[in-house]
Amino acid sequence: MKSTLKKLGYARVHKQMNDVFLKYTAKVVFPIIIVFSVNLFFSGHYTPGGGFVGGLLAAAAIVLLLLAYDLKTINKMISFDYKWLIALGLAVSIFVPLVLMIFGVPFFTHQAFYMELPIFGEVPIHSAVFFDVGVYITVASATLLIISLLATEQAMSDSEGADRH
Amino acid sequence: MTLIHFAILLPIIAAVFIGVLYRYYKKVHLGWFVLPVPVLIAAYLFTLIPTVSNNQVIFESLQFMPKIGMNFDIYIDGLSLLFAILISGIGALVVLYSIGYLSHQEKLGNFYVYLLIFMTAMLGVVLNDNVLMLYLFWELTSISSFLLIAFWFNRERSIYGAQKSMLITMFGGFLMLGGFLTLSLITDTFSIREMMDQMPAIQESPLAPFALILILFGAFTKSAQFPFYVWLPDAMEAPTPVSAYLHSATMVKAGLYLVSRFTPLFAFSELWVWTILLVGLVTLVWASFNAIKQDDLKAVLAFSTVSQLGLIMSLLGVGALGVHSGASEQVFTVAIVAAVFHLINHATFKGALFMIIGIVDHETGTRSLKRLGGLVTIMPISFTLTLITSLSMAGIPPFNGFLSKELFLEAMFAISEADFSVLADVSVLFPILAIVGSIFTLIYSVILIRGIFLGKVQPKTPKEPKEAPPLMLVPPIILSVLVVVFGLFPNLLSGTIIDPAAMGILNTAEPLNTEISHWHGWDSPALWATVSIVVIGTLLYLFRNTWMPVYRLGSKSLSINHFYDQGLIYSSLGAEKITDGYMSGYIRSYLVYIFSGFTVLAVITLINTDITFDWSTTSEINITEVAIMLIILASLVAILITASRMVAIIMFSVIGFSLSLLFVFFRAVDLALTQLAVEAIITSLFLLAFFQLPKRARHEERRRFKLNNMFISVAVGAISIIFGIAAYSNRLFDSISQFYIDNVYDLASGGNMVNVILVDFRGMDTLFETLVFGLAGLGIFILLRLRVNKKGENEYEEHA
Repeated sequence: MKSTLKKLGYARVHKQMNDVFLKYTAKVVFPIIIVFSVNLFFSGHYTPGGGFVGGLLAAAAIVLLLLAYDLKTINKMISFDYKWLIALGLAVSIFVPLVLMIFGVPFFTHQAFYMELPIFGEVPIHSAVFFDVGVYITVASATLLIISLLATEQAMSDSEGADRH
Repeated sequence: MTLIHFAILLPIIAAVFIGVLYRYYKKVHLGWFVLPVPVLIAAYLFTLIPTVSNNQVIFESLQFMPKIGMNFDIYIDGLSLLFAILISGIGALVVLYSIGYLSHQEKLGNFYVYLLIFMTAMLGVVLNDNVLMLYLFWELTSISSFLLIAFWFNRERSIYGAQKSMLITMFGGFLMLGGFLTLSLITDTFSIREMMDQMPAIQESPLAPFALILILFGAFTKSAQFPFYVWLPDAMEAPTPVSAYLHSATMVKAGLYLVSRFTPLFAFSELWVWTILLVGLVTLVWASFNAIKQDDLKAVLAFSTVSQLGLIMSLLGVGALGVHSGASEQVFTVAIVAAVFHLINHATFKGALFMIIGIVDHETGTRSLKRLGGLVTIMPISFTLTLITSLSMAGIPPFNGFLSKELFLEAMFAISEADFSVLADVSVLFPILAIVGSIFTLIYSVILIRGIFLGKVQPKTPKEPKEAPPLMLVPPIILSVLVVVFGLFPNLLSGTIIDPAAMGILNTAEPLNTEISHWHGWDSPALWATVSIVVIGTLLYLFRNTWMPVYRLGSKSLSINHFYDQGLIYSSLGAEKITDGYMSGYIRSYLVYIFSGFTVLAVITLINTDITFDWSTTSEINITEVAIMLIILASLVAILITASRMVAIIMFSVIGFSLSLLFVFFRAVDLALTQLAVEAIITSLFLLAFFQLPKRARHEERRRFKLNNMFISVAVGAISIIFGIAAYSNRLFDSISQFYIDNVYDLASGGNMVNVILVDFRGMDTLFETLVFGLAGLGIFILLRLRVNKKGENEYEEHA
């Protein structure tokens, strides 16, 4: 437990701790969680799931990587600016209900229709999905922003402490 | 969605693309891409003129939130069309002008995005029939104006001016919303059209005066009337195209639009009539008097704008008097026609003047009257344009300002002779105030011409003066040509635009058939008033050195600006005092406040309602649930007694995970899933924050028993249980869940009820929750990254 904790503040320990099991597991599990999160997201309209849970899971997957590796590596791997992603997510979730008004219906009246696709057969297209995309992005990026901020803060206070000693 | 809705929304849609375009393509000045937007809108609006001048109105409804009566209903009559044409027409000229004014180094993306947002907001204000939507767009104009004033946001004066304009106009706007809501209480509708149909109800209602006063606050703050005008001179920190557009031609006229729009509704009230008339006249005189002492050219124009707005406001007051008394006398119609005519004229000559001042500033590097002079030989075109527009502003023939000024004086003379019970004694003052205001207007118009272009050449301008590039000259030339054309052929306007607009204000269907003439006969008092204005004005100008010391009278601490500044300082001091009183900085204190408040309120509620407990409807408790509850209890106890924070954190997540297990047993799979994800993330957050916690001091390591805390926590727990059981036992109405079960497929074509509620039935809630979530993230970012550095300045730390 303690060694994992130290990972979060990567500069606290100068020699890199090599937690092979955790790193390897994280590598294998990460894509599974992401796929599961996307699956949860799309199944939301008919079975349990949805944008909020999906977004949280995506964030959790990245947190797992953060635990296994250190912040620098993660920042190199995922070079999004979470602040912009929050803005993007919010923009999507406000624009979808507005754009719906093109159909001549009041604000936030979702539209659904069905499409025939070659492999999948009849696929429902529901405008709520696009709204949920916004929720997904906002939730995931806000969570990650908070966590990565705290981790950075952590790393900074550690390096300051190291300088002093 | 009709073409009109699209026309209103076009600028804001374009703003999105313009903003993106600017990031990747900077070779061509961004203004060229913006220019088509107002031009297209103006062209479209011009095609509506024939319809509207045939006394037809256009009404297009678009349902936005029909349940609360908030619909995007477009109503176009002469009045709204006039404003819309001004907005798009002047908008096009301003964009053209800004291409020359703003160089490539400026943040063009910001500028044009704000400007386009403003265009949509302003069109939305004047073309809307729904007061809620009107309010929405109204505040959007305030916000975009704020952003534009603060365009050069590293200047302290810009920020001061932006904040001032925002505080004052939003204060008024908020009161106006109160007025609208009061009106809708009386009439039970948000549509202005439908309110007009319920005139008797409004007249009888005791609430009407409140609605009226509140709406006037909105109009007076926006149109910079006395004593709220103080924001407008400070708003001149904005780039000059913005001053020409927002703070002279369009946004400040939104208040006039509001007054005109509500004149048929409120003219029955004497309060409405006299307030508008008096405030307008006082503003006219006070602002034109103050314009003379200004040294900054834009300040002169700002005060001049305020005074001209006062003039139009007072004319609307005279017109309202006509509706009020029911008299169909010519004078009231003349006043309304004069108001509309002067509105157009002011947009032309003041817009042009602002642009020329911008040119002078741009080419010499200064706007100070003291440092300018003798530019006539260097800038002959600008001089000619200034001459035309300033004389029009002063009311000198043959320009358009003369015609509307004559109508104004005529209206004021007529009203002083008419017999009215209230204010009959002071009505003789009206023409005197009008003449005094006009004299001051003449003086500062002359100061503008003389100060910049005539007299000795001032050698010490920061830049070598030269004539402006043609691109910057075209827009003021177009406006000046309009000044002359409208001056010579005023009846080009009267049938097509002025009459329909005036009829919109008067809310009549009778054609007015206005004829604006240059010559009113030898016996017209307005003629002699004009002559005396010119004579006295010239004399006062020539001997200005003898009476200018008047401005040094009066103490600074009595001024409205001083009052505003002190108010700002003391309100923030007061807020700080109150906040310091209860914000201890410890979460435990806040929890004590919250939970004690909760307990007190809950106990009061429990005492005042008779609650019964009915156990018959509760389901049976099975062994797994008991087991989970025992785990939760055990973890709770562990949190309380453990000395290690780590154990506390782990026990905390045990509670969370047990809770999600409980949800599974209750077949609430969605909840369980979400709870699991939340729990995983919260635990890692806790672990991250773990290092940030201060080391426990030695004396803190032993837990002391705190009686207060125990009392509060036991009370909160007990009350929650009581409420939970009571809520389940006392069903006052049927649960809404049946509705969702019945309709989840038909209305939302979904299968998972929980998620359908989240994204569809109660999608608005989700929208705002996401907003809260996103803002919380950004808030934490600001808290952690924005620090006050050693110099006391805010500093933004960027760490990769």
